Amino acid sequence: MSSSALLKSSLAKKYWMAFTGLFLCLFLVGHLAGNLQLFIPGEEGQLQFNAYAKFMTTNPLVQALSYIVYLSIIFHAVDGALLTVKNRKARPVNYQYSNPSANSPWTSRNMGILGTVILVFIVVHMSNFWYEMHFGQIPTDADGNKDLHTVVVAAFTDASIGLVYVIGYVLAMAAISFHLVHGFQSAFQSLGVRSKSLMKPIQIAGYLFAILIPLAFAVIPVYIHATH
Amino acid sequence: MNLTLKVWRQSGPDAEGRMETYQVKDISGDMSFLEMMDVLNAQLIEKGEEPVVFDHDCREGICGMCSMYINGRPHGPKQHTTTCQLHMRSFKDGDTIHIEPWRASAFPVIKDLMVDRSSFDRVIQAGGYISVNTSGNTLDANAIPVPKDDADAAFDAATCIGCGACVAACKNASAMLFVSAKVSQLSLLPQGKVEAAERVKNMVAQMDKEGFGNCTVTGACEAECPKGISLENIARMNREYLKAQLTPGK
Ligand code: SF4
Ligand code: FES
Repeated sequence: MSSSALLKSSLAKKYWMAFTGLFLCLFLVGHLAGNLQLFIPGEEGQLQFNAYAKFMTTNPLVQALSYIVYLSIIFHAVDGALLTVKNRKARPVNYQYSNPSANSPWTSRNMGILGTVILVFIVVHMSNFWYEMHFGQIPTDADGNKDLHTVVVAAFTDASIGLVYVIGYVLAMAAISFHLVHGFQSAFQSLGVRSKSLMKPIQIAGYLFAILIPLAFAVIPVYIHATH
Repeated sequence: MNLTLKVWRQSGPDAEGRMETYQVKDISGDMSFLEMMDVLNAQLIEKGEEPVVFDHDCREGICGMCSMYINGRPHGPKQHTTTCQLHMRSFKDGDTIHIEPWRASAFPVIKDLMVDRSSFDRVIQAGGYISVNTSGNTLDANAIPVPKDDADAAFDAATCIGCGACVAACKNASAMLFVSAKVSQLSLLPQGKVEAAERVKNMVAQMDKEGFGNCTVTGACEAECPKGISLENIARMNREYLKAQLTPGK
């Protein structure tokens, strides 16, 4: 086995894209499970969400997992950028007249742009909540836990910027959705998981995942904005 | 029909190129696209100008030479059709047609519409063969039983004519469809299985060395391939390469 080929060859770079991408899909499901607790009304919801946030930031196993998530995001972004640079180099002179929509879907040709939008979102999102939770000065709730619930609600209901956050969040979820419409199915193709009988199930699962998961994420800030 | 042609003209590999506009008249719908190009060239020669250089050989859709990027698509608007098999009835009187060479760093332009596709040959030389003794004692291939499904899939892959439309269509100028068709054609059959791991490793290494891009699964290659080679072959190659890399070898 040549270990350098498992990092450097064009196919291996795609294996890593697929592998980290699918892992991040799993992460999305976990993250969503936490967010859905924001639907629980009243003080009960506040206390439960904050207790959950504390567990997620202090449990050693979850912490180890979260470092793998950070690494996956960075790896996925850097590997993607390297692939994009190499792909540009493969066609130094472009066509004068081209009609790419005749042979391929828009999402498949714009994964880099969608990915960049998502990366910008992740940076803003983490500085809003993740940074506040880890390093910010935030008040505590009745149970003595950091009151992340109030920080979240305040962000999306702020009189001046709340609506902008909600709209930005929804647009970012749309970008994730388009990214997944192509990415989910493609990951299986890149890993060589494809056969006549597997094609349909992977496609259907891909579309369901790409639509339902970002939709569920997007509904939460809209709900918070509308009800507070 | 009368047509306006916008054709890429480039006098040599290092020369600056540009689009030139020409008019052709009384083109019959029964002409092939290359015959229409012959009419243009006859016209240019009569005027004492340089004819447009383009590649062609069989003119019956089997050699893969007739590389032309027509109206933003390799081999023009028709599915499963090479440029030589494209007929002018696919166009209308008064149309403007853009004609360009394949664009890829691994397919440098030689002149006008002609590109150097020897990078494909070098990928084949790296492993697109089976090592058999051909000195008179070759076994009858039919004596070896092959499952029907494998034989069919291998035959489908073997219809690749090496035209390079997949590379031309791909936004990354990736050669994955071509290379995977060749890998599949050989490794699906018992005679090719023996060298399967070495083959896929060497062909992928050569493909990377030639400067082709990576597959991002846009599906443009499959949509534009004149022989309808399926993306399934790329998945098979991804699988074979992974297997070959993870299996300890010499
Ligand atoms: S895979 Fe199709 S498009 Fe690519 S070289 Fe072969 S025949 Fe041409
Ligand atoms: S000239 Fe041979 S395939 Fe078109």
